[in-house]
Amino acid sequence: MSPSTATGRAAGAPAAAPAPRPARPARPGRRRASLAGLWFVLPFAALFAVFLVWPMLAGLWTSFTDRSLASPGADFVGLANWREMLGDSAVWQSLWTTLVFTAISTPPLVAIALAMALLTNRAAAGLGWFLRLSYFAPFLLPVAVVALIWEWMYQPGFGMVNGLLTAAGLAEVAWLTDQNTVLAAIAITTVWWTVGFNFLLYLAALQGIPSYVYEAAALDGAGPWQRFTRITLPLLRRTTGLIVLLQIVASLKLFDQAYIMTNGSGGPGYAARPAIGYIFEAGFTGLRVGYASAISYLLFAVIVAVSLVQFRLFSRKGETA
Amino acid sequence: MSAATRTPRPPRTAPTGPPPAAARPRRLPRPTPGGVLAAVLGVFLAVVWLMPLVWAVLTSLKPEAETTAVPLRWLPLEPTFAAYQAVIERGDLQRWLLNSVVVSVLVTALTLVVCVLAAYAFSKTEFPGRAWLFALFVAGILVPPQALIVPLFDQMSVLGMVDTYWGVALPQVVAPVMVFILKRFFDAIPRDYEEAARLDGAGHLRVLWSVVVPMSGPVLAAVGIFTFVQAWNNFLWPFVATADPALMTVPVGLGTVQGSYGIQYAQEMAAAVLGALPLVAVFLLFQRHVVRGVTDAGLK
Repeated sequence: MSPSTATGRAAGAPAAAPAPRPARPARPGRRRASLAGLWFVLPFAALFAVFLVWPMLAGLWTSFTDRSLASPGADFVGLANWREMLGDSAVWQSLWTTLVFTAISTPPLVAIALAMALLTNRAAAGLGWFLRLSYFAPFLLPVAVVALIWEWMYQPGFGMVNGLLTAAGLAEVAWLTDQNTVLAAIAITTVWWTVGFNFLLYLAALQGIPSYVYEAAALDGAGPWQRFTRITLPLLRRTTGLIVLLQIVASLKLFDQAYIMTNGSGGPGYAARPAIGYIFEAGFTGLRVGYASAISYLLFAVIVAVSLVQFRLFSRKGETA
Repeated sequence: MSAATRTPRPPRTAPTGPPPAAARPRRLPRPTPGGVLAAVLGVFLAVVWLMPLVWAVLTSLKPEAETTAVPLRWLPLEPTFAAYQAVIERGDLQRWLLNSVVVSVLVTALTLVVCVLAAYAFSKTEFPGRAWLFALFVAGILVPPQALIVPLFDQMSVLGMVDTYWGVALPQVVAPVMVFILKRFFDAIPRDYEEAARLDGAGHLRVLWSVVVPMSGPVLAAVGIFTFVQAWNNFLWPFVATADPALMTVPVGLGTVQGSYGIQYAQEMAAAVLGALPLVAVFLLFQRHVVRGVTDAGLK
């Protein structure tokens, strides 16, 4: 589950990291095959089967039926749901909303995280804990708390954001009630909330760069900017790739903050209703489980496709690490 | 990357392996212009990031009438705990906090037990179907549970688990990525240890409990902390799985029952502050462990 996701929350997903390298166990000597291991796997396998495999298969079957939460049973309707989905403009609007959100939130989530990590790594040691705390603390807040705080800050008139805008002589913005700004407002909130996670990943990577690399470069007369572009950035390439992919997958699962900050309405003109938001509505408001399952599979396919790219990156890293 | 945290603790008697690749932050002997600039920019960003939190806390200390005053004031004119008192008197929040504790502890404990058992089996034992079962679990990492929310709910209602603690907790226990992380860690524990124990007649459970688990402190902490934070903050599934306000967790209660606060911003912020407190307190107490747990488990 997305830690979020940050559901936007970027975690829980597999990603790359150097494999532990210590005393490599001698693999060759085969162990005696026995059934003991099977018993150990059983509890996890049972949960896996009941709560992951079953809903997946059942969902696929349901997508070919007219199953409804309003009545028991279901009739097979062939491809009707799938055909309806392809012609349903709300499906495409929600997918588009999700993609736009991903496109506007990912660059700041990566760039600001990198800036924070560089500053923390560079600042005096005594300051480190304060910066880490400030940047990372929002990540620990439950989404509802984040949403409450930001809804309050986005209030027209007496909200803090508009208060600062007016103090600076700028015009107020109707953040959550204007269909042109609502998604951006949610993206800003998401950046504030989840950037701390990416920051930690970058910081760990930066601290893994041995200082002698920089010392050698300095001896060769490389200036700070050159050291940054020629050493730091290239050495962070893998981390950056990892963060970008984690972030994209997390953003595709956007729901929580968009739902709460629009009070479940999807925002003006549904401008803030992401794909999962529409699945949720079709299933739990419209009660059409069959139809919602079909849309689920469309989103599912998109996410798995993106994850596979990530997975490839991961396995390649496993080989070289 | 903090390689040191991922490798099993070296046995006390054995020679330590190669020193961890200089994973020490560079220390600057005296402030340089670059260092000062970094500090100034860093503190500026920190202030920007803390501002919403400070604003929320300050709002929660205002009398309701003051919260909507224009132009806005940062400091309350007459600071009061009235909002906190009102929230606590209503009682919902305590109930939700209790539910969150129950669900998060349940999820964390079950995840640790179930995933450690499975990871041990994959790492240290041989049984028919081991390879393909592991491949199946690894493939499960790719499945986004959020996209399956409707079929999952449909199934839970068939099982009669809607509006129960188990219904909220159990689906969150299926975290194949944790099996994967743990297995990788167990793989790095030299076979000699378990074999010595096996020669002494210890069964697998015994080996797991007295040999493998004691050597896996860091990874268990990482998996545990990460799972707990995720379970504590999870919104979508607990939201779908509970209709009864008495069973809601903090994110669900605060996210959906906010109507009951009307437009009383001081109370909303007081509830937000109280709802955020537990994890922030945990973080302040165990900052190092939390940072490490999130980096280690999140990274894989």
